[in-house]
Amino acid sequence: MAQMTMIQAITDALRTELRNDENVLVFGEDVGVNGGVFRATEGLHKEFGEDRVFDTPLAESGIGGLAIGLTTQGFRPVPEIQFFGFVFEVMDSISGQMARWRFRTGNTFNAPITIRSPFGGGVFTPEMHADSLEGLMAQTPGLKVVIPSTPYDAKGLLISSIRDNDPVVFLEHMKLYRSFRQEVPEEEYTIPLGKADVKREGTDLTIITYGAMVHDSIKAAEELEKEGHSVEVIDLRTISPLDIETIIASVEKTNRAIVVQEAQKQAGIAANVVAEINDRAILSLEAPVLRVTAPDTVYPFAQAEPVWLPNHKDIMETAKKVLEF
Amino acid sequence: MASNAKKVQFDAVKTLENIESQFEMVQVLNEKGEIVNKSAVPEMTDEQLEELMRRMVYTRILDQRSISLNRQGRLGFYAPTAGQEASQIASQFALEKDDFILPGYRDVPQIVWHGLPLYQAFLWSRGHFMGMQLPEGVNVIPPQIIIGAQIIQTAGVALGFKKRNKKAVAVTYTGDGGSSQGDFYEGINFAGSYGAPAIFIVQNNQFAISTPRDKQTAGATIAQKSVAAGIPGVLVDGMDPLAVYAVVKEARERAINGGGPTLIETMCYRYGPHTMAGDDPTRYRTTDEDSEWEKKDPLVRFRLYLEKKGIWNEEKENEVIEQAKEDIKEAIKKADEAPKQKVTDLMSNMFETLPVNLQEQYEIYTEKESK
Repeated sequence: MAQMTMIQAITDALRTELRNDENVLVFGEDVGVNGGVFRATEGLHKEFGEDRVFDTPLAESGIGGLAIGLTTQGFRPVPEIQFFGFVFEVMDSISGQMARWRFRTGNTFNAPITIRSPFGGGVFTPEMHADSLEGLMAQTPGLKVVIPSTPYDAKGLLISSIRDNDPVVFLEHMKLYRSFRQEVPEEEYTIPLGKADVKREGTDLTIITYGAMVHDSIKAAEELEKEGHSVEVIDLRTISPLDIETIIASVEKTNRAIVVQEAQKQAGIAANVVAEINDRAILSLEAPVLRVTAPDTVYPFAQAEPVWLPNHKDIMETAKKVLEF
Repeated sequence: MASNAKKVQFDAVKTLENIESQFEMVQVLNEKGEIVNKSAVPEMTDEQLEELMRRMVYTRILDQRSISLNRQGRLGFYAPTAGQEASQIASQFALEKDDFILPGYRDVPQIVWHGLPLYQAFLWSRGHFMGMQLPEGVNVIPPQIIIGAQIIQTAGVALGFKKRNKKAVAVTYTGDGGSSQGDFYEGINFAGSYGAPAIFIVQNNQFAISTPRDKQTAGATIAQKSVAAGIPGVLVDGMDPLAVYAVVKEARERAINGGGPTLIETMCYRYGPHTMAGDDPTRYRTTDEDSEWEKKDPLVRFRLYLEKKGIWNEEKENEVIEQAKEDIKEAIKKADEAPKQKVTDLMSNMFETLPVNLQEQYEIYTEKESK
């Protein structure tokens, strides 16, 4: 075991898979010699060489096309999109092409691609760096969308994503890259995609969340405990497909739930979680399922992040509304 | 202080003219079937010449029958190909089986000659998943509907070949309109940057639906767009099978020998509408224009050339026509026999392992389908 930050765990997962499978290729803008703008690919170019870890021209759409083309020759591409706000440049390659690759060839081709990309607020980035656009991906049939919140989850989920024979969008929250360390096994291990994790057990209310909001939710749960409320926190880890079983089992136990996301109310995936609970566990509910989200504006100017981004206080407020309904 | 110094002229216009003058059209056969450029005549045996003519005639019949089958409702989406036989067929004829074709939506003939069974091409037209269940060893992807996407993907296939040390090329096609897309530039630029073995063919058939070629760009040629990627570009008479074959062959040789990609513009024309989905070319094309290009018909000039060489005659041509009609009839019959698609089939083709949401829906539809 070693104490790792999330970024170290990600590098470790990439190294593990580059060693395990010679078809794994890591490429993107500045991921080679430079080791990535966040050092996620640090040392990989040196260890595996230009043939396996390489830079690309500055064109996200071209990177997506490159990944798709490489799969036809048996490669397992792990491209990087420098910031997920730039996904609009490569929406066709992701949602219009690789997500459909197996389907449109009647199961004769497949696209074992893992797109890594940082996103998320709280670090005062410039425009179009921090936007939460996972909702767009989650609406695309043919994709899996993974968002880890801890170093341990990041490593196991990234190895699983790379080994998956269908496309996975792996979103890395920038605020979580180096915010804390955690014990991470040095050997390889996997965490199944599509499986949520109960980060904190409780009996009065379920908080369903993902990404940086996992930590705000845990903080809120701890505060609520001081006031006598037992709160369960579910980290979805994969936001598409949803782990319905874990969500519903928890709601049936606690009879109350809220969904917490950093994305705007009209975006993200919270509405989908609410709908699934309404479909499947309405008779268990003592109160409506409420959402904690950002407001429906464009992602804020850097200085407005603190007043705009949802935080543990917003979570506590909404949790109390549901607890006292 | 008055200056006597003559103002320096940055003669940008001259630079442009110099560049554009580099892209002269390569032609080998003229409209009368005469060799106009002896040194450019590709090395081809009589058998190869005859086979190329067979394929072009076959493809013309395939177009005629496809239009007619479409009108009868026995085919679905269809983008006519008549007029583009030299551009499509002679270019594919210069390829090897290991080469990988990434076609646009009009480029069904190339993938058929590369090994896709005809009945599957018809199933694709109708909208059936079995149409593009690609047989093992047929190195193609389904026709690409998103104009430009095939260009960036080609850069990836070609880089794959380079990484595998494989002596093969990735070949893709788009139209004149497609050369305005961002993915077009990104694709040729990526391939150039990696020195990847790719051939990018722009079939300039003068119109993107109703928009004429000169509304796409102020550039005198599309071939010169290669300059932006720093790769070789060639403008070729796309109605001339020998010129198209020669140019593609040369680009292929250069690519497999590590010389990187080439952009080829084939100057051609489609006699039919853009697609069979209601496009009416009389709205944007004159009959003069049509008849001008009909004189350039690739079949006419190649027929004249081969007849003079004594390796083609009416009898052979009729044989091909009959064979094509027979094959088409059988292919349509085989397409008719394909089982109807079920929702559960579509679900099965989504992932290697069905995620929970689809597992649940699969059960619901299995139940529906069992009734």
